[in-house]
Amino acid sequence: MNLFHIAWRNLQHRWLASWLTLLSMALGVALVVLVLAISGLIQETFRRNSNVGYNLVVGPKGSPLQLTLSSVFYLSKPVGTLPYRYYLEYLPKPAREQAYRQLGGSPEEGARNGSYGMFVGNGFALPICLGDYVGPFRIVATTVDYLGQLRHGPDNDRTFEFAQGRNFQEDSQEHGFFEAVVGSIVAKEMNFKLGDVIYPSHGPDGESHGDGFTIVGILEPTGTPTDRVALINIEGFYLLEGHVAPERDEETGLEKATKPAGDLQARQADQQVDPPANSKAGRKRLPLDQREVSAILLKTAGFVGIGLQQQINKSSRAQAVSPIGEIAGLLETFFQPAQWALLALTVLVCLVSAISILVSIYNSMHERTRDIAVMRALGAGRNTVLLVILAEALLISVGGGLLGWTIGHAIAAAASPVVEARTGIRVGFWSMNSVAEPFIIPGLVVIGILAGLLPALMAYRTDVSRSLAS
Amino acid sequence: MLRIKNLRKSYPDPSGGLVEILDIPHFEVAEGEQLALVGRSGGGKTTLLHIISGITKADSGLVMLDGIDLTRLSEAARDRVRASKIGYVFQTFNLLPGFTALENVRLGMTFAQGRRDLGRAKELLERVGLAQRMHYKPNQLSVGQQQRVAVARALANRPRLLLADEPTANVDAAHQQMIVDLLREVCRLEKVGMLLVTHSQEVARQMDRVEHLEQINRTLEGVS
Repeated sequence: MNLFHIAWRNLQHRWLASWLTLLSMALGVALVVLVLAISGLIQETFRRNSNVGYNLVVGPKGSPLQLTLSSVFYLSKPVGTLPYRYYLEYLPKPAREQAYRQLGGSPEEGARNGSYGMFVGNGFALPICLGDYVGPFRIVATTVDYLGQLRHGPDNDRTFEFAQGRNFQEDSQEHGFFEAVVGSIVAKEMNFKLGDVIYPSHGPDGESHGDGFTIVGILEPTGTPTDRVALINIEGFYLLEGHVAPERDEETGLEKATKPAGDLQARQADQQVDPPANSKAGRKRLPLDQREVSAILLKTAGFVGIGLQQQINKSSRAQAVSPIGEIAGLLETFFQPAQWALLALTVLVCLVSAISILVSIYNSMHERTRDIAVMRALGAGRNTVLLVILAEALLISVGGGLLGWTIGHAIAAAASPVVEARTGIRVGFWSMNSVAEPFIIPGLVVIGILAGLLPALMAYRTDVSRSLAS
Repeated sequence: MLRIKNLRKSYPDPSGGLVEILDIPHFEVAEGEQLALVGRSGGGKTTLLHIISGITKADSGLVMLDGIDLTRLSEAARDRVRASKIGYVFQTFNLLPGFTALENVRLGMTFAQGRRDLGRAKELLERVGLAQRMHYKPNQLSVGQQQRVAVARALANRPRLLLADEPTANVDAAHQQMIVDLLREVCRLEKVGMLLVTHSQEVARQMDRVEHLEQINRTLEGVS
């Protein structure tokens, strides 16, 4: 027999009080584990979603956080718009030439590399247009490269896979510019299937545009915001009613007309410029000058991102933000204080449990004075009985803690299928917060020792002669 | 094996003074001897056992146990001597309620460093007739069985001296003789000396020698 065996037998003898105390500690630790798991999940979700293959988001001047939320997470309203010509400044010469040829701009202007093209290099620049909805879900108008270039997953190396169908084409034989791909949650919630036609509206409850986009692909779940959007061809988007940009003054960038600046859908087309190229389905592309983008997703070449970001931010036209940096700031400002508050509450629960350990053992000491005296009479030293009582407190605190840890992780693991479907993050039984969880057991040891110290000192000071004589 | 010389022990009284409990010029228990100590209640018998076992320290004098003077030892050292050289049987058995009979016997071994002989514990329980009750808790045993566990526990560490503090006081006549027989037999077999405190002249007569506390303790002189 060792001291822990003796302590264990003592606890068994008072099994009800011991179990209730142990359960209160288990509850406290399970709460700590769950708070850590949930907060870790939220941070990981934001981290992964803010890093799906691009390192900068370029948008109009305004709130960097709003630009990140609207362009990366598809939350919040878009900051505003940028001219399509500005987007073309991020493209190399061949792409610009093709764009100017297709969209009717000056060929000389297209015959050069974009001002920021050298920063992009082997990376990419993806335009996105926001503002429309299908049901409660956002529509993201973009190019076919969106699904081709972006990546997701823990290591940011997984391509977007199709559960059904294919990527939309820029100009398909069958549907022209009007093809769409929907994310997994959109498809599930809206009950979409291949061949269905979605009609973008101006808002969740707004009026639908006349033209519809045929769903040609449904994505596998990725755990990214893409699960909750419908991707449509940007060429089709521009042809929707109300998506023509107002004419702007070349020097000031201000609208010449009196219409208010803002979302694309707020404006009405009143002209078309020739010569736009015809689609296979017979529709003409919207001319260059009437196009705008909500944001540009940029993957820069090598390590030039910071330099490019500074250069863009110095300009008066646009801003560039690093989504990871913005989200880190957001988490630090809003999320971490809440996380610490929650953790403090759960640690408080553990401390209350520690006090209940103290009370439980302390109360038992009066009826165990004779047992302790007998142990002393059998040869146990003062330190030995002190250690036995400390071992009892440790068994309750650490045992309760391990039980709580197991319960917490079991709950997290049980919720894993739901969590994975919603966030793409798999939470296994052994998924741990590597920063905080290693401190749980040492913390419980300290709590156990503190809780057991007072009753242990009572045992230490037991008057053997008097207790045996009583 | 046990030799006491000029032992004195006092306790504070409520008035702030000291009341002398023990004043024993000389007292001995020989190797393997079975000695009965008879005396009236409150005469200091239990205090004497506590001093011999090292639970209580004498104010002065010499308490030599197996060549070791307990009065010169620290409390921790006395604990170690008690664990290895003394067996203790209490009047009320004092088995720990949360432990089985076997665990109660092994408990004493735990406190004597290095002695964790499970076979010895089982052998002792077999010797006291509890081979079939080893894993019973005290509340599942009869009074006689509990006292037998207490005897086995006292002998677990192969002590040199067994102290028995009125071990038959709480049992009926039938059990009384059974316990005396058991103590005498196991002490003889284990070659352990025994100092048995009792009120019973009948029990005392069965020992090798009988001492009356009134005759060895000067504080009781003249007290009838």
